[in-house]
Amino acid sequence: MKRRVVITGVGTVNPLGNCVSDTWEGICAGKSGIAHITKFDTSDLKTKIAGEVKNFDPLSFVTSKEVRRFDDFIIYALASAEMALDDAGLIIDNRNSDRIGIILGSGIGGITTIEREKEALMKAGPKKISPFMIPGALANLAAGTVAIKFGTRGPISCAVTACSAGNNAIGDAFRTIAYGFADVMISGGTESAVSPLAVAAFNAMRAISTRNDNPEAASRPFDRNRDGFIMSDGCGIVILEELSFALDRGATIYAEVSGFGSTCDAYHIAAPPPGHPGAVRSMQLALQEAGMDPSDIDYINAHGTSTALNDRYEIEAIKKVFGDHSRKLAVSSTKSMTGHLLGAAGGLEAIFSVKSIDDGIIPPTINLDNPDPECDLDLIPDTMRKQDIRTVMSNTFGFGGANAVLVFKKFEE
Amino acid sequence: MTVEEQVKNIIMEQLNVTEEECLPEAKFIDDLGADSLDLVELIMAMEDHFGLEIADEELAQISTIKDVIDYITSKQST
Repeated sequence: MKRRVVITGVGTVNPLGNCVSDTWEGICAGKSGIAHITKFDTSDLKTKIAGEVKNFDPLSFVTSKEVRRFDDFIIYALASAEMALDDAGLIIDNRNSDRIGIILGSGIGGITTIEREKEALMKAGPKKISPFMIPGALANLAAGTVAIKFGTRGPISCAVTACSAGNNAIGDAFRTIAYGFADVMISGGTESAVSPLAVAAFNAMRAISTRNDNPEAASRPFDRNRDGFIMSDGCGIVILEELSFALDRGATIYAEVSGFGSTCDAYHIAAPPPGHPGAVRSMQLALQEAGMDPSDIDYINAHGTSTALNDRYEIEAIKKVFGDHSRKLAVSSTKSMTGHLLGAAGGLEAIFSVKSIDDGIIPPTINLDNPDPECDLDLIPDTMRKQDIRTVMSNTFGFGGANAVLVFKKFEE
Repeated sequence: MTVEEQVKNIIMEQLNVTEEECLPEAKFIDDLGADSLDLVELIMAMEDHFGLEIADEELAQISTIKDVIDYITSKQST
C-alpha cells in the first residue's frame, strides 16, 4: 500500500539568503539576488553577472579542514541539511538511522575543484594533485558527505539530471518513503557552478544572459526582452517523512507531497521541442499520481528560466494541460529573483512551494515589464499576492530532455 | 621559527588540531585523527613548505610528529 509523505523541515543557502526566513522575506519583497560576479576575474567573459551566495560563513557549519577539502556545493549541502534537520527537530540515532536515507541532486558537481586541480596539473605536475580532488568533486559526494555527518544509513542516491536534478531527487525520495523503503529522506539539490569554465561554456551555448549593466533586471522570465538565464549557486534541502512517523514524534508539517511526474523529451541535448510535450506529460503524470484534476491546482512555481524557448513552450504546455483553468491559476517564476540554481533549483523551489501553502502567499515574477504576448497567463508581476493556497505544482526541466514535476498540497489528516 | 614550530603549525592547520595535541610522540592516524588521504595532503604541504620531496618509500618510516621533524632536519643538514 502506498504511504503518505509530508515535508517537515527546510534549509537553504542561496543568492537571497543563508537561511529560509531571510530567503522567504526576500522572495515576498520581490528582491533580486543577482549581482556582478566576485569570485573570479570576469574581464574575458561575455557574462559577468550571477547569483552568488553572499556573506556565508562556512565555519558556522563545518571545520576549516572541511572547508579546505570539500567543494562549495558540498559545504552548501552540509549547511542546508543541518538547518533542515534542525527545523524538522529530527534526531538521528541508532534506533532510526537505518530507515533514514538521502537523495541529493546536482547538475555539475565540483566543477570549481576540477578547474583548480587541472590548473595545478598543468603548472606543477601530477604530484601536486590533491587526494581530495575526486571525493571533493563527485556529484554524489554531497549526499555521501551529508550521510557521514548525520549518520543516515538508509538508501542513498544522487540525481544528475541537469536543471531538473532537484525535483528528480525529491520525486525519488518521495516514492522511496511511499513504497516503504525508508521512513525519512533528506532530499533536494545543491550547486556551485559559477566558475570561469562553466560561465564560458554556457556563453558558448548562448544560454545565459549578458545583461551585465543591470544584474538585478537580468533574470526576466516571460518578459519580451529576456535574453537567457542567470547562473546561481546554492542549495535547497527538504526533509520528507512518512506521515505516521512525523505525527508520532509531533513534527510540524509544512505540506504533503502528493505527486511526481518524470518524462524525457528524447528530442535534443539542450532545447525543448515546440509545445514541449514532455513537459505536458510530466505535469499530467504528477496530477495523476496526486489523484487531482487540473482544476485542483492553485499555483504553479514555473521552471521559468528566462530563456526564449523555455518560457514560451512552458506556458504553451501549461495551457495544454490545464485548458480553461490555466487562466484561473497563478503561475510565477521565483528564478526572476534567485536566478537559476541548476541542479539545486528544484530543491529551493520545493521550499518556496511549501512556504506558499504554509503562509498563503504566491511569490511574484519580477522584471516582468513587457510580458511576452505568448506568455499571457496570471504571472503575478512584481508583487506577491496573499491568497489561500491548497495545492502547488513545481516544474523543472533539464538538458538531456529531463522533465520532473512535483505536486504539493496542504496537509489535512 | 624552528623546524619543529613550522611543522607543528602545518599540522595544526592541516589536521585542525590544537598545539597541545601536537606532542612529539603523537601518531597522525591513532592520535590526531588523520586518515590516509589526510596524510597524503599533509606530506604535500610539508614538501611545499620546506621545498623538498619525500619519496614514497621513505613515507613508511613516518608515523609521528617527531618522525617528520627528524626527517626534515636530516634533509636540511645534507
